[in-house]
Amino acid sequence: MIIEEINILRQHGWQFIPDPLTAVVPAPFRGRPEIQDKVSLEVQQDLYDLCPVAAIGMNPLSIDLGKCYFCGECAMAHPQAIQFTNDHRLATNDRKRLIVAAGDTHGIELDPNKIRKEITAMFGRSLKLRQISAAGENSHEAELNACGNVNFDMGRYGIEFVASPRHADGIVITGPISQNMAEATEICYHAVPDPKIVVLVGSDAISGGIFAGSGALNRSFLDKVSIDLYVPGNPPHPLTFINGILALSRSRQ
Amino acid sequence: MVITTNQKSISLRNAEAIPIAEIPVLAYADFKAQVLTLLHFEKCHCVAYYAYPIAGGLKFIAAIADDSTARIEVLSHEQMGSGPFELEAISATVMAMHIYEREIAENYGVVFHDHPWAKPVRFAFNRHNQDMQVNDYPFYKIESDQLHEVGVGPIHAGVIEPGHFRFLCNGETVLHLEIQLGWQHRGIEQLYLDKSSMLQRAILSENIAGDTAVGHTTAFSILTESLVGINTQNAMLDLERCIALEWERIAMGIFDLSNLNIGIAYQLANSVFGALRTPVINFFQSWCGNRFGKSLIRPGGTNYPLTDQLVEKMKALLDDFEVRFDAMAKKTFHLPSVLNRFDGIGKVTKQQMMLIGAVGQSAKMAGLVRDIRSTHPIMTYEALKVLPEMQSGGDVLARFTLRRLEIVQSITLIRNLLDMRQYLYQESTAPMKQQEYKMKPNMFSLALIEGWRGEICHSAITDGEGNLKHYKVKDPSFHNWLALALSLRNLEISDFPINNKSYNLSYCGFDL
Repeated sequence: MIIEEINILRQHGWQFIPDPLTAVVPAPFRGRPEIQDKVSLEVQQDLYDLCPVAAIGMNPLSIDLGKCYFCGECAMAHPQAIQFTNDHRLATNDRKRLIVAAGDTHGIELDPNKIRKEITAMFGRSLKLRQISAAGENSHEAELNACGNVNFDMGRYGIEFVASPRHADGIVITGPISQNMAEATEICYHAVPDPKIVVLVGSDAISGGIFAGSGALNRSFLDKVSIDLYVPGNPPHPLTFINGILALSRSRQ
Repeated sequence: MVITTNQKSISLRNAEAIPIAEIPVLAYADFKAQVLTLLHFEKCHCVAYYAYPIAGGLKFIAAIADDSTARIEVLSHEQMGSGPFELEAISATVMAMHIYEREIAENYGVVFHDHPWAKPVRFAFNRHNQDMQVNDYPFYKIESDQLHEVGVGPIHAGVIEPGHFRFLCNGETVLHLEIQLGWQHRGIEQLYLDKSSMLQRAILSENIAGDTAVGHTTAFSILTESLVGINTQNAMLDLERCIALEWERIAMGIFDLSNLNIGIAYQLANSVFGALRTPVINFFQSWCGNRFGKSLIRPGGTNYPLTDQLVEKMKALLDDFEVRFDAMAKKTFHLPSVLNRFDGIGKVTKQQMMLIGAVGQSAKMAGLVRDIRSTHPIMTYEALKVLPEMQSGGDVLARFTLRRLEIVQSITLIRNLLDMRQYLYQESTAPMKQQEYKMKPNMFSLALIEGWRGEICHSAITDGEGNLKHYKVKDPSFHNWLALALSLRNLEISDFPINNKSYNLSYCGFDL
């Protein structure tokens, strides 16, 4: 009966997030960290030894978000040295900007000079992406799927995942890229017509994460292409991805 | 620990550590005979059979779980010399052993005579035969002018993990589907040995399969606790871990229901179930800061105890979820156009599931009881006395229905756990510190956890210094992929997507 369906619709009301650009992810979500100045060398060493993915650098104390899993163990051990804010805007096109150093309190943004002109010209109003899970562990893929659900509704911006690289304007890679997926990843990249973008989603894709150094990986593909966007996280929140991809594809005056 | 009189095996409880020297070492003929004797019964199934290098050869350990007694029989054999070793395959008699023997063959070059399906498993980077690459998989072929092959993958059309599916078709009908995996292989088991800190290993466990972060990390944690020898069990910690496991079951169950509905283009149920998943995984985020429960589970304790405030939030969420879920489920499960698409599609039998050693959902949907919460309970599951939800149809509808029943059951279980929580006055402990992470030397342990897909098995062996010598991970998908292949027999190829979604097996959990 149609009445049942109407009732279900009424029960659910409006689910969508009105504006993903201004939405806030509540704590205890761990987003951009802030690091205090003047942390003693002893504490720095302790943090360096603690970090499971070697994301922490010393002198000055820093966190490389391209490696960080946002497990929060460092902030738990030395809350006076590191705190994670709930700022989910973590994506950038400059690998160096992913390194948050002591005293940095500014948000992470894209470098506008590094955005290729054809990206904003061609993809500003419609961007179709081909996703490649290259040894991704499925929570990243689930979050990318969630970007298109009724809550986040990335489709409202004309951004979608498509089934074929031939229909795509770029590739979105998750996972540290295994040896067994290396060839398929490269073939898929070449099947996408020019101009095209390359997006790395998750710290596994950006740096290898906990898998860095494993003999089962082959990350040589990344040396051959230029990366247009880094989206850190384990996995990145859907809002992190949506905000990043919009900042890349839309020139905001 | 009970040593059986004839000394053919040693009998353990779930997550009980013993000195490796206490596991009886049999001659291979005796070993094989004993395994076959145990596996003769429906109540018994093999939860682990693996090999690892010892001085001068290989040691093979098998663990057979007896579901009627909640005990696990462990036995071993050793092959000395440089190999290659040649053994009579146990899977020639019991098909369910095929995948274990294939893994041993791939890793160490052991030849199993009369093996029914001697093929590569995952093309591990440290495999024995480096000449064979991932593109050299020997697919089953039928020579005929009337048949054709359809190859799909490794990259799929959707946003999902990679796998290669090769269909042998007669027109639209699939005669045989062969699934080739291994694309996701990251060398997890070796990384357990390479990464030495407890935190690194816990994080590694969370990333075996991100959709089962709680399941795998719980298995790792209880295994670690057994090897370190933590004696005082914290009832609150046990209870919170059980809640987290059931919460993960709800989160993934609702994902599957949503996903199956998009497979048949029923937009309303797809959207509603999809939207219902959001508050569930967002609760994980309120609890521990991650929507998949990562960083929640650690050996020895947790950094994120379930506070009274969270409990109130959880209760309110469950009440709201239940009403909305129930309305949509009632509608969906009474819609003829939905039922017609699922009913009788991709049918497998209990016999087949026994044969391939299916576990968890893939067993329960065909009438085979395989649920560790019920048969080998640990933590608060011992008190909960879970009776597994069962289906007997073995088709897409049975798998679809099982998801619904398990969600309803998990809600009830969580409510029971929250009731029990009121009478616990202790607080859950903090995680073990790195300096407390000292495992006992020369030990063996094995932990079984019922993840949302089914039985997760982690097993470890320590060396003379208490360092990890070997670490073994088994995701339920290790067995269950073959069930999907069997489901496709004599089915239209266009029914593949809903079948694949109805199983929703793990690629990375299998590939490691």
